[in-house]
Amino acid sequence: MRETLFRIKSLAQKAILGAGLFIALSPVLSLASEVAATTAASGAEATQWWVWPLILFVVTFVMGIIAVLGGVGGGVLYVPIISGFFPFHLDFVRGTGLLVALCGALAAGPGLLKANLASLRLAIPVALIASTMAIVGAMVGLALPTHIVQILLGGTILGIVVIMLTAKKSAVPDVQKADSLSSALRITGVFHEPTSGQDINWKVHRTPIGLATFIIIGFMAGMFGLGAGWANVPVLNLMMGAPLKVSVATSKFLLSITDTSAAWIYMNKGCVIPMMVIPSLVGIMLGSFIGVRLLKVAKPTFIRWMVIVILSFAGVKALTKGLGISLF
Amino acid sequence: MSNTNGTQATEEQILYANILNKGMLIGLVMLLVTFGLYAGGIIKPAIPLDQIQNYWSMPVGEYLEVINHEFLHLEHPPTGWGWVKLVGKGDFLNFVGVAVLSGVTILCYLAIAPGLFRRGDKAYGIMALLEAAILFLAASNLLAVGH
Repeated sequence: MRETLFRIKSLAQKAILGAGLFIALSPVLSLASEVAATTAASGAEATQWWVWPLILFVVTFVMGIIAVLGGVGGGVLYVPIISGFFPFHLDFVRGTGLLVALCGALAAGPGLLKANLASLRLAIPVALIASTMAIVGAMVGLALPTHIVQILLGGTILGIVVIMLTAKKSAVPDVQKADSLSSALRITGVFHEPTSGQDINWKVHRTPIGLATFIIIGFMAGMFGLGAGWANVPVLNLMMGAPLKVSVATSKFLLSITDTSAAWIYMNKGCVIPMMVIPSLVGIMLGSFIGVRLLKVAKPTFIRWMVIVILSFAGVKALTKGLGISLF
Repeated sequence: MSNTNGTQATEEQILYANILNKGMLIGLVMLLVTFGLYAGGIIKPAIPLDQIQNYWSMPVGEYLEVINHEFLHLEHPPTGWGWVKLVGKGDFLNFVGVAVLSGVTILCYLAIAPGLFRRGDKAYGIMALLEAAILFLAASNLLAVGH
């Protein structure tokens, strides 16, 4: 009983801390909302052309730092926050969100592959399913009315919050026996764990159900323009039994393939506005660069709580926007 | 794939990583340079810099119709690879870098496929070619959809 009370108190403190930091970061988002409202009220001429890319750059720079420290991809923060607080239509936000996630994955992919942390052998079958479904998701997302996509996006973001709150992780899951499909495909590997100095042999199990799950993950990635690391990692790690480091690295690399297929659909549809894309990409990449350096001194648990608070807020915002309710 | 049981990355993984790295760097540099030319006013855009904010809150279909009517005057709005005809304009020039970043993965898959077949890894060779075909299909604009 005492332990439960202590846990509740501790959770409440972390939530309050997260909310506090979010409020401290919120002036830029408030500024974005205010500029949008002013522009809508007094005509577009009220805002200089360079104001929007500048605000976008600042917000995505902060987002890049938070994404690295919170262990999430940039895309999952980008789409709900930018669609909630900026005047850009969801079509362009999703197209840009995919490119943001894609560039992050392209930047990280080569290093992860060379270090043998990302496994091409594990990624190829998964990517084939996820990227095909991302195309279907993108097509469905672009065909549905915007408010429906916005409502579904809000629900998905709140679902991601639940996953972040409840999902466990296993550094090296105990896989007794590889299943017949993964044995036939020889999905196995060895990676060097520098903290223990050991070479860890890994294999996977439950491959058919794991691959089937990527049908849903790929679809959602394409439909909402989100990166899908939040779903890839638990499936690769907890369901299929790949070591955590291999799961995180392979997930990051996977995004470079999944998001490529969906990005083409959005680009061909015309959902790319350079004045949105380039400031966002540069902002998030520079932010990630700083975030990696801050990782040494920051407290990851605290940042993770902050990400949960931000995503909850953005999820509710997306949901209410889709429902036509103006809460904040 | 060779060397599947060592701690070192396989030959295909290294080849894939090297092509991905080069494509990513080329795409990013192109994106930054072309954006500099566009935002710096060095190459005139199709949609004036101070007017783009009037249109980005519209759904994409309406946005394309309106910018085509007001600035581009093309027979059809520029969807698919239609931007190639407008690459002389500062804003559409930026699409080159985006296309390089989105296209490099296709090259990576095509590059590793022969090695996979040579080593008798037919299943992965076929999957690599299938993936390249799927990405090519997505890039081709044969899968056009709309609201």
